[in-house]
Amino acid sequence: MNVVETRGLGKRYRSTWALRECTLAIPAGRVAALVGPNGAGKTTLLNLAVGLAAPSEGEVTVLGGRPAGSPAALDGIAFVAQDTPMYKNLSAADMLHLTRNLNRRFDQHYAEARLADLGIPLKRKAGKLSGGQQAQLALTLALARHPRLLLLDEPVAMLDPIARHDFMATVLTAMADDGVSVLLSSHVLAELERVADYLIVLSRGRVQVAGEVDDLLASHRVLTGPAAEAATCAGRRAVHLRRGEVQAHLLVRSAADDPVPVGWEAHPVGLEELVLAYLREPGASEPRELAALRKAEPSEVTK
Amino acid sequence: MTALSVPALPAEDARLRPVPWRRMAWVTWRQHRIALTGLVVFLGAVAVLIWTVGLRLRHSYAAAAACHPASSIACSHLISTFTVGGFLANGYNLQAVPAVIGAFAGAPVLARELETGTFRYAWTQGFGRWRWVLAKLVPLAVTVTAAAGAFSALLSWYYQPLFLARKPLTLFPIPSNSLAAGLFDLRGVAFAAWTLAAFAIGALAGMLIRRVVIAMAATLAAYAGLAFAAGLYLRLHYLPPALARNSFSFFVSDPSRPVVVVSQWWTKGGTTLSPSAMNQVINSTFQRMMPAAHSSQEGAVAALKQPTNLRVLHYLGQHGYTEWTRYQPAGRFWPLQWIEGGWLLALSVLLIGAVVWLVRRRAA
Repeated sequence: MNVVETRGLGKRYRSTWALRECTLAIPAGRVAALVGPNGAGKTTLLNLAVGLAAPSEGEVTVLGGRPAGSPAALDGIAFVAQDTPMYKNLSAADMLHLTRNLNRRFDQHYAEARLADLGIPLKRKAGKLSGGQQAQLALTLALARHPRLLLLDEPVAMLDPIARHDFMATVLTAMADDGVSVLLSSHVLAELERVADYLIVLSRGRVQVAGEVDDLLASHRVLTGPAAEAATCAGRRAVHLRRGEVQAHLLVRSAADDPVPVGWEAHPVGLEELVLAYLREPGASEPRELAALRKAEPSEVTK
Repeated sequence: MTALSVPALPAEDARLRPVPWRRMAWVTWRQHRIALTGLVVFLGAVAVLIWTVGLRLRHSYAAAAACHPASSIACSHLISTFTVGGFLANGYNLQAVPAVIGAFAGAPVLARELETGTFRYAWTQGFGRWRWVLAKLVPLAVTVTAAAGAFSALLSWYYQPLFLARKPLTLFPIPSNSLAAGLFDLRGVAFAAWTLAAFAIGALAGMLIRRVVIAMAATLAAYAGLAFAAGLYLRLHYLPPALARNSFSFFVSDPSRPVVVVSQWWTKGGTTLSPSAMNQVINSTFQRMMPAAHSSQEGAVAALKQPTNLRVLHYLGQHGYTEWTRYQPAGRFWPLQWIEGGWLLALSVLLIGAVVWLVRRRAA
């Protein structure tokens, strides 16, 4: 089952396309990470998946074919929006009560136990909680619904490192125990390396890369060799070229057993390095070839 | 510390039943209890004020009505104390009550959610967003309308002496009648209907504008526009006006007199006379009939308000001048009330329906 499936999905705000020609199939049981620069369309994609926005073109379904935003879809999805909006004048206990009344399922015992575990007082108003506590409260409300898909929009952006760690630990625990699938957008690449097993890179409203992290890492390598030969070596399979005085580093799409050019060395690539390389080359994408790299001047230098 | 585990998944969503409506009742109450309490306190405070003034008016009225003979100076004095209570001043002020309720209870319902971003929480819960907005707006609208209905029952009680004042108070100087703005829309079903309409306007303004303060201002402006349009034009045309010939008695101060829609003088030759031309005719006739009494035109026109000066108009009527008057008889109070209540109710249902539709299709 695919937890999120899109076909030719697009969203236009007035004359600007926030998302375009987005075709994805995110399988269940993954922590899927949505990365991309600001304005790449991450929030738009999540809003479309949860039904807060209507597509301008194409279609999006969740949890194996349920139309996004339909009652059946919302029943199985929990969404924690950016900056975790909550009713500031309601207490944590009231937020639990509110969420319980708004959903078919709500595990009051789990929610209360978790808040006690986190040291969040039930009587305190949501607006008086710290940023980390608000994020944890929002996550607790979401998980107590026992969703099958958890959507998180920039969940850790506002958190300090400890709160960030605790937050992601909670998500991973829920995944392990409850089998919930997760789709999260994030800027924090270091965090993704630890948790993500499915990756979607968005850029300028288009999908650059999408796939299992293991597959992506296995199909990309870094080639290191003399800078003078970089332009000839950087064939159509190169994603990104980083050139120094003497040496050049090329990220290329190639299997581990592909032959390495003479005078060059091949290294495996890390997730962070891979993502950065794609983010630096907004024009690069898996299906299309990279014309820019065949020119003499690589973009890293021109930038 | 985060090792607390989530219990196993419940059974599949094979039989997916919607979350029951009654669960939203608590949500609506919890989120709007401050606004509703504020509404009750506000109306209660105004009601206490009206109650005390109303009691005093009843005393004055009883004293004036018991006074005999009615034309004596002592009785005139009593009548004037009775009328000093400020019927109309209060009436115009009280017209702001529905607008205030609409702005403070209606506008924030959606504007606050959209302004603070909490709609992203509320609209992604299992309850479903169009059901959520319906389960908020309908109970709030009913509550607000019921509170306004109770309040307008008090207003009807308050205005009762004015409409009891017939025979003993024929000199009653207030130019008012039961159909006039400030009296018509504070009694009967109109007050509650206007409050409902203001609430619905507020809800839609909040949905469209998405800012609480601006939506409140827009609600007040839209309400004022609608209330003026109804008071100055629409209400006079709910039913085809009746037609009367030389009905000079309409000028007599009488609480039960009709509302004149339009009045037109014709000459013997069948041409119409402008109001200023007619004033000149009346003025000169008046001076010919009572040369010494009044010299200024203002005096003449003012004197026409007195029944003794009907003689001039009757004289003109007998000498070729004809006045045709279109009017709404005072007896139509209830039919007109139901018409006004009906179209306001229809408008409110339409506006609330529009809000639900917008929430359902809204693109964030």
